[in-house]
Amino acid sequence: VAVTAEARLDARKLRADFPIFEREIHGKPLAYLDSAASSQKPRQVLEAMREFYETSYANIHRGVYDLGERATEAYEGAREKTRAFVNAESTREIVFTHNVTAALNLVAYAWGLDNLGPGDVALVTEMEHHSNFVPWQYIARRTGADLVAIPVDPEQGELVLDDLDTLLAGRTLKVLAVTYVSNSLGTVNLLERLIGWAHERGAIAVVDAAQAAPHRAVDVQALGCDFLGFTGHKMCGPTGIGVLWGRRELLERMSPFELGGHMIRKVTLEETTWNELPHKFEAGTAPIAEAVGLGAAIDYVEDVGLDVIERHERELLDYGLPRLAEVPGLRLFGPPADRRAGIVSFEVEGVHPHDVAQILDWEGVAVRAGHHCNQPLMGRLGVPATTRASFYVYTLPEEIDRLVEGLHKVRTTFA
Amino acid sequence: MSEMESLYREVILDHYKNPRGHGVIEGADVEAEGMNPLCGDEVSIFVSFDGERIDDVKFRGRGCAISQAATSMLMEMVKGKDAAEVATMSRDELLDEVGIPLTPIRLKCALLGLGVLKLALHKAKGTPLPDEWAGLAEDLELK
Repeated sequence: VAVTAEARLDARKLRADFPIFEREIHGKPLAYLDSAASSQKPRQVLEAMREFYETSYANIHRGVYDLGERATEAYEGAREKTRAFVNAESTREIVFTHNVTAALNLVAYAWGLDNLGPGDVALVTEMEHHSNFVPWQYIARRTGADLVAIPVDPEQGELVLDDLDTLLAGRTLKVLAVTYVSNSLGTVNLLERLIGWAHERGAIAVVDAAQAAPHRAVDVQALGCDFLGFTGHKMCGPTGIGVLWGRRELLERMSPFELGGHMIRKVTLEETTWNELPHKFEAGTAPIAEAVGLGAAIDYVEDVGLDVIERHERELLDYGLPRLAEVPGLRLFGPPADRRAGIVSFEVEGVHPHDVAQILDWEGVAVRAGHHCNQPLMGRLGVPATTRASFYVYTLPEEIDRLVEGLHKVRTTFA
Repeated sequence: MSEMESLYREVILDHYKNPRGHGVIEGADVEAEGMNPLCGDEVSIFVSFDGERIDDVKFRGRGCAISQAATSMLMEMVKGKDAAEVATMSRDELLDEVGIPLTPIRLKCALLGLGVLKLALHKAKGTPLPDEWAGLAEDLELK
């Protein structure tokens, strides 16, 4: 297997951290190629959460007793780790949410409702996950703004950036909402250029980093965006915890989103004033242990090294894309390896993706089949659904071999 | 026979590759369609009647092998039967014919065609949609 590089990630060694790989699927070792949907969890994260529950658990921010203070310290410690993880200026800019969908809805509602109106454009792309598409479509409808989508070139699997101003047709660009990495195609978008263009027109830029943060170093200051969301469960962390980073001056000016406990400063019968950042956006009991788990996940991926993870996935692509291209009747979507993350979507001629995934499952190979919450993109590609394989720190080149062998079996079954 | 071989047994693949009753009836008495939003399976069914009897029935659609093969089998099962008889046909009758073990997700694929057909009969002849089908109709976006 021709995968070599200097600072290599030892996926075989890392796999020992993930208990899930101790079990077999249909009598075969698990080849988990669905990390873009959700990653598996290392012991370090599971143990951090268990230890927190067993030794330090209480509700946060209000308890004056020892446990309450410990729990608050753990939760706020996770916030500091998250701040450093995306190189934000201040922990006040780090809002914990339940997932990236909640983070993007927060921006669409709390910023969008007050800042969009007739004649304005909310600009998304045809490759947005529904979580960065549907909220903007809905809020645009509510406010009278227009939703416009940057097209995708179906052959290249990349955004068409040639004539962005034409898309605006004289209207005012207010917000650009764009994904860092496409969850279907793996395309890594040229964010700096897009964000620069949006800022020149006075718009804000919202980045969906759900498929980026687990796989490459994300630096909000270098990107120059205004909001960025990501989620814990795709990066070795638990479900139920997501992150919104927002530029402080924007967050300060915004109305709250969810209302209730903790997000208030003072409540009277007549009126309520809001808590300071980031608490203004964290109503109700927070996902406390999940934040602790996210902190442990950040430690884990940083120990491995984000640049090492990125290189590992690039090597898997360099190995896997040509191997997959050898399968007769297979149509690969998306850009070449140097412009994509570890995600490969494809179509097997004459076989529905669910049948592909079902046959692969019996080989112990877990892939996703469907529209991947990308229905506008599927329309552009001219397919109802695709089969998608995605990689992470524990992915081995042999698993790509097993995927390829399984695809030959699919072809034989349907021949 | 392994689990996989039984699911994709020859008769299923044969119906998938050479669907029976595939096509459109021009001037059909009734047409209904449905989709399984989970998988994106789509089926449209066209029926023409001779009195109460199903004189001809055809379908078109796209989707997984299970959904398309089960609908193809259904076309063979119901042609020439009375609408009222088909309207009360149990799902097990079709599933026995399909004859493969199905997980809950794939069960919906297999039953899509039957749901669409019962809806077509309901539209044309006012046959009742049994309770269990009323629930499925919501799942399958029948119209």
